[in-house]
Amino acid sequence: MRDTGYSKKLIPILIAVVSLALIFSFVMPAFAESTTVAAVEDEGFLGEIKTFFVDIWKDIDRVLLKNNNYKHITNGLLITLEITFFALLIGLFLGFAVAIVRSTHDKTGKMKLLNKICQLYLTVIRGTPVIVQLLVIYYLWLGKAGVHENTAAIIAFGLNSGAYVAEIMRSGIMSIDKGQFEAGRSLGFSYFHTMLYIILPQAFKNVLPALANEFIVLLKETSVASFIAVKDMMKGANALVGSTYNMNVPYLTVALIYLVLVLGLQKLVSLLERRLRNSDH
Amino acid sequence: MTTDTLIRVEDLHKSFGELQVLKGINQEIRKGEVVVIVGPSGSGKSTFLRCLNLLETPTSGKIFFEGQDLTEKKVNINSHRQEMGMVFQHFHLFPQMTILKNMTLAPIKLLKKSKIEAEQTAMELLSRVGLADRAEAYPSQLSGGQKQRIAIVRALAMSPKVMLFDEPTSALDPEMVGEVLEVMKELALSGMTMAVVTHEMGFAKEVGDRILFMDEGIIMEESTPDEFFNNPKNKRTQEFLSKIL
Repeated sequence: MRDTGYSKKLIPILIAVVSLALIFSFVMPAFAESTTVAAVEDEGFLGEIKTFFVDIWKDIDRVLLKNNNYKHITNGLLITLEITFFALLIGLFLGFAVAIVRSTHDKTGKMKLLNKICQLYLTVIRGTPVIVQLLVIYYLWLGKAGVHENTAAIIAFGLNSGAYVAEIMRSGIMSIDKGQFEAGRSLGFSYFHTMLYIILPQAFKNVLPALANEFIVLLKETSVASFIAVKDMMKGANALVGSTYNMNVPYLTVALIYLVLVLGLQKLVSLLERRLRNSDH
Repeated sequence: MTTDTLIRVEDLHKSFGELQVLKGINQEIRKGEVVVIVGPSGSGKSTFLRCLNLLETPTSGKIFFEGQDLTEKKVNINSHRQEMGMVFQHFHLFPQMTILKNMTLAPIKLLKKSKIEAEQTAMELLSRVGLADRAEAYPSQLSGGQKQRIAIVRALAMSPKVMLFDEPTSALDPEMVGEVLEVMKELALSGMTMAVVTHEMGFAKEVGDRILFMDEGIIMEESTPDEFFNNPKNKRTQEFLSKIL
């Protein structure tokens, strides 16, 4: 396929660019510091470069490696992944259910009450910032009930993601030709089974790029979970900033990890897309 | 009602909002009969056909299939539809599935056939229409005529008691019409009960047992093909035939 070679090249190039940016971002402060050291001048330009890398290494060593500091970030990474994964499952399930209710209502006029409930849900979730939802759900509800903050975060992000998945899936369902429905029904499939076997697989394929985008947003949005004391990756980075007074290393490390995660996710989605494209010729 | 009546329609009305499409149709289709429904566009022939398996819900009137009124609320229409195959103008094959999957999905899920059994039946049907070598192809790889032949055997895989054809050749390139009509002719000869909405007068003449001429939401004339083409009685029928023949 045409884009195989392209994406194979793209990912290492991107990683290289990011790594360069990471290194470059150390240049300015490190350069400024090193020039103040008089001894450098004796060794000339090469010495400057050497000092520069040594300084970076010293920072990384001090901030990340000493006292197993990196564990703040790696443990946080696991929690970030955990929250994202389960929120994604909830979001998909909720989204599919809401999309089916909404499109059934649009097509047949049935399920009036359920449709109203779904509309209310969509309005509230899409009308308020995710961080507000997170705080409300945790501090006004689940936290009071003694639910662990990670679970609360999973529920909050799942509820949030469900609303976006629902509208994406609904647009996918509505994009499928009415004839596909009729063909399914004429064979004797119930409305629900026609949806399940015939419509949803096609709808899913059509909206996969939009869904992938939603998952990427979800992964990155979980970084606000630290607001309810979830020890995710962002919290870990903040802890390191607080204890080492260095901002470059923790934040740029977290940025790099998020970027790699998103690239990985994109890769997975493009593999899935290619699989689903089997039927196009 | 004679015992060999398969479908009986009583005083069928259908409106879309203000628009009255069917204005009282009474009709019977007997087992093994090929009924061809013709008429100008907008006359309600497709709507009539689609009411037979309740793809359109009648506004009033009754549809009896094997003596059971399908318009009754408690009727499980899905189980009756399994016995009424339908072929559409635009084929409506499932694009994400191979031909074989298209044909075995309903038999496996609804008739609870085993995969092997369903695939065997599908392959037999595919050989019957000369497409056995395309079993693993996807619909997008087929020509219109091939798609429609697949659509016919997909419906046949459910072993229906009647086949409803809604303008099966209208979306085809002219050179592909023949291959589809050929399959339909064979099906008629095998004794299948068929209701066919079509503009193919040659097919109507050759294969039809009875012709219904519809206009303005009612059946204007009903006769044998011979009578219909050589000696039409209704003025509207004569006008219609003079335009198309």
